[in-house]
Amino acid sequence: MNLRIDRLGGLRGALEKLGGYLLFSGRLLLATPVALLRPGLVVAQIYNAGALSLALIMFCGLFVGMVLGLQGADLLQRFGAEEALGPAAALGLLKQLGPVMAALLFAGRAGTALTSEIGLMAATDQLSAMEMMAVDPVRRVCVPRFAGALLALPLLTAIFITIGLYGAQLVGVQLLGIDTGQFWSQMRSAVELDDVAEGVVKSLFFALACASIAVFEGFHAQPTAEGVGRATTRTVVNSSIAVLLLNYVLTAFYLS
Amino acid sequence: MRQTRSIELATGFFAALGFAALFFMVTQITNRNLAFGDGGFRLEADFDNVGSLKEGAPVSMSGVSIGRVESVRYDQQTYKAHVVLRIQPQYNRIPEDSDAAIFTAGLLGGQYIGLQAGGADTYLKEGGHIAMTQSAVVLEELISKFLFSFADKEAQQKTTAPETATSNP
Repeated sequence: MNLRIDRLGGLRGALEKLGGYLLFSGRLLLATPVALLRPGLVVAQIYNAGALSLALIMFCGLFVGMVLGLQGADLLQRFGAEEALGPAAALGLLKQLGPVMAALLFAGRAGTALTSEIGLMAATDQLSAMEMMAVDPVRRVCVPRFAGALLALPLLTAIFITIGLYGAQLVGVQLLGIDTGQFWSQMRSAVELDDVAEGVVKSLFFALACASIAVFEGFHAQPTAEGVGRATTRTVVNSSIAVLLLNYVLTAFYLS
Repeated sequence: MRQTRSIELATGFFAALGFAALFFMVTQITNRNLAFGDGGFRLEADFDNVGSLKEGAPVSMSGVSIGRVESVRYDQQTYKAHVVLRIQPQYNRIPEDSDAAIFTAGLLGGQYIGLQAGGADTYLKEGGHIAMTQSAVVLEELISKFLFSFADKEAQQKTTAPETATSNP
C-alpha cells in the first residue's frame, strides 16, 4: 500500500515537473522577442553558446563527414554505385546526422555550461540578490541565455553540415578516387531545397528543446554543489532523449 | 571594453560563418538554379504509363538536360498520364514532330524524359503538344513479355518437332 502511494507520488512529481518545464519554456519563448531589444546580453550568450562551441562542432563535423564518406563508399562500391556517395552523404548529413549530432554536441558543450552557470548563480544567491533589487532573474539571466542558444544551434548545424560534406568529399574524392564532378553534380540533382529546409527546421526544434531544458534545469537546480552537478547531468540526459525522440517524430512527419 | 570588443568580433565571425554555411547549403548543394524558375515555355505530352516519373525529373535531348518535368497527373478523359514539361527558353527549336520517351538513368537511377528531334520545319511553342510518346518500361511487363515469348517458342517447337520427325525418314 505504501509502495503504491510512493509510486503515485512519483508519477505526480514527474507530471508536475513536466508541467513546470512546459510553463517555464512558454515563459522563455514569450519573453524572447523582448530580450532581442537588448541585443548586448544576447550577443554575449551567442558567443558563449555558439562561438565557443565552434571548434568542437567543426572538428566533429569533419570526422562525421569523413566516416560517412568512408563507410558510404565501401557500401556503394559493392553495387558499383560509388557516384551515389554525394547524394548519400548530403542527404544523410542534411536530414539526420547534421541536426542530431550538432544538437547532441551542443547539449554536451553549451547546455551543461548554461545549467551549471545558472545553477551556481542560484547557489551563490546571485538570483535572490537580483530579486531583491527588483530585477527579474528570468528576464535578466534566463531569457538571454535561452535566446542565444536558440540562435546559435541552427548556425552551428549549418556549419557542421558544410564541414561534414567537405569531409565526405575529402575521403570519397581524394582518398577513394570517386570523380569530383560526379560527386557534386549527383548531389545537386538529388538534393532539393525542401531537404535543406528539413534540416533547418529540425535544428530549430532541437535548439528549442536543448536551450529550454538547459535553462530550466539550471534555474530549478537545488542550490547546492551536489544539486548543480545533478542538474547538469539531467540536462545532458534529458536533452539527448528529447533530441532523439523529436528527431523520430519530425522524420516521420517529413516522410509522410 | 577591449574584452567586449573581442567577444563581439568572435560572435560576428561565428554568425558570418553560420550564414555562409546556410547560403552554401541552399545554393551549392541543391539543384536550385536561381536563373531558371518561371522562365522558359511549357510543353505537354500524354503517356500510357509514366512508371515512377516524378515532378522535377530532367527533360533531356541527346542526353543534355534542357528542362524539367513540371507536373504529372492522371487524365480521366484520355485515361493517360498527362505530363507538363518546362523547357528552358534558349531551347526553342524543337521540331513539332519530335517524340518523347521515358528512360531510366543507369540501372538504379531515377527516370527522365528524353526528347528526340523530328524533321519538321515548324517548332513547338508554349503549350505545344508532343504527339508521339513512348511509355516507361515496366520491369514486370518486360519479364512477362520475355517469358511469354519464350513459352510461345517452346510451344511452336513442340508442335513443329513431330512434323519434322515424321518427315525425316
